[in-house]
Amino acid sequence: MAKITYIDAAGVARAVDGEIGSTVMETAIKNGVPGIEAECGGACACSTCHVYVDEAWREKTGEPSPMEEDMLDFAFEVKPNSRLSCQIKVTEALDGLVVTTPERQA
Amino acid sequence: MRAINEPIKTDVLIVGAGPVGLFAVFELGLLDMKAHLIDILDKPGGQCAELYPEKPIYDIPGVPYTTGHGLVDALMAQIKPFAATFHLGEMVETIERIGEPLFRVATDSGKLFEAKVLVIAAGGGSFQPKKPPIPGIEPYEGKSVFYAVRKMDAFRDKDLVIVGGGDSALDWTLNLQPIAKRLTLVHRRDDFRAAPDSVNKMRALVAQGAMDLKIGQVTALQGADGMLTGATLKGSDGALTTLACEAMLPFFGLTMKLGPVANWGLPLREGELIPVDTASFETDQPGIFAIGDINWYPGKLKLILSGFHEAALMSQKAYHYVFPGKRLVFQYTTSSTSLQKKLGVA
Repeated sequence: MAKITYIDAAGVARAVDGEIGSTVMETAIKNGVPGIEAECGGACACSTCHVYVDEAWREKTGEPSPMEEDMLDFAFEVKPNSRLSCQIKVTEALDGLVVTTPERQA
Repeated sequence: MRAINEPIKTDVLIVGAGPVGLFAVFELGLLDMKAHLIDILDKPGGQCAELYPEKPIYDIPGVPYTTGHGLVDALMAQIKPFAATFHLGEMVETIERIGEPLFRVATDSGKLFEAKVLVIAAGGGSFQPKKPPIPGIEPYEGKSVFYAVRKMDAFRDKDLVIVGGGDSALDWTLNLQPIAKRLTLVHRRDDFRAAPDSVNKMRALVAQGAMDLKIGQVTALQGADGMLTGATLKGSDGALTTLACEAMLPFFGLTMKLGPVANWGLPLREGELIPVDTASFETDQPGIFAIGDINWYPGKLKLILSGFHEAALMSQKAYHYVFPGKRLVFQYTTSSTSLQKKLGVA
């Protein structure tokens, strides 16, 4: 398990346990964390699981793949720390990860 | 010739041409029912075609691996013998019961249908353009901000800003650049997922000084009474600049919205799913069925294979509305000559 904290656009933080091997998107959906829609169900085919990765964690979560960058074009208010949460795998190294969800997904 | 506004008559009208709507054509066809399909997308396939054409699907029974595109192609081949009519790029707006059962259905482009049976296979609803979260954009929508190009002439001699990096953005950039007063393409990065050929053509126009390319995101709009005069661009360095802008075309892809389904008088579960009975997948209104991702019943799974099953059972009940009093004999395609004749193989 890895602790993941989701902070919504209003600043409310929710910490949940993420299963190793699942994704940051799946962890949110499974735990009813609002702010992530995941319209396509995790196929990297929409952009409705957009999150901002906390600066302290950017190195560990890595950079988006070219396919993910393409999908981020559909997201709103894309920042340098923008990622699609369906493309971030939960690992032991991400225990304590903090992400912020945008004001709007679609 | 069909007179203007004379309804198109059909046994069954299927709302939604995704995989489940397509397979419904097959199941209905085996029972001699003719179908018309309506879909807001410009191609059949629904989410399979729009969201994940190249992505893998592993859970179609008997098909260990396919893609969204592959599944749609296979379904189109499978239903070919039944010659269903597609009405693409249209959305059903209103449904009116005019018989028992008989429905009059109108689309957003003014087409009218008369159908004995209505099958809602609308998945997650209709795909509609994503609207960028630029504060105060609403008053401009439909007046100087457009999410689709209906008439190219609307952009003639205008300072036009196109936002996006995909094929829609690039295609319209190339098509509208010759008639716009000045065209500016805005994209958040200097990489484009659009076809390389279009990107090269766009870059050539920029090099000739025939249009502008700006890297950044639009954060504010200026104008009055729905008419734009300018747009604020935030560059990747955070610097703000103002672009001359009399018309804007943002292309941020599509999102699913339930849309007019919500107004058809059907009860909805959690505001978005249509409850059905599991013997026939009929709604609480006789003659209106709901199959695939849009329906709900205890134990419902949003799987394509579940939608296929639902289409088969729906067809059995629909038969009795289309052919009242006629006996339905259950048959297999493997052994029935009459079914094989319908499929064009016997």
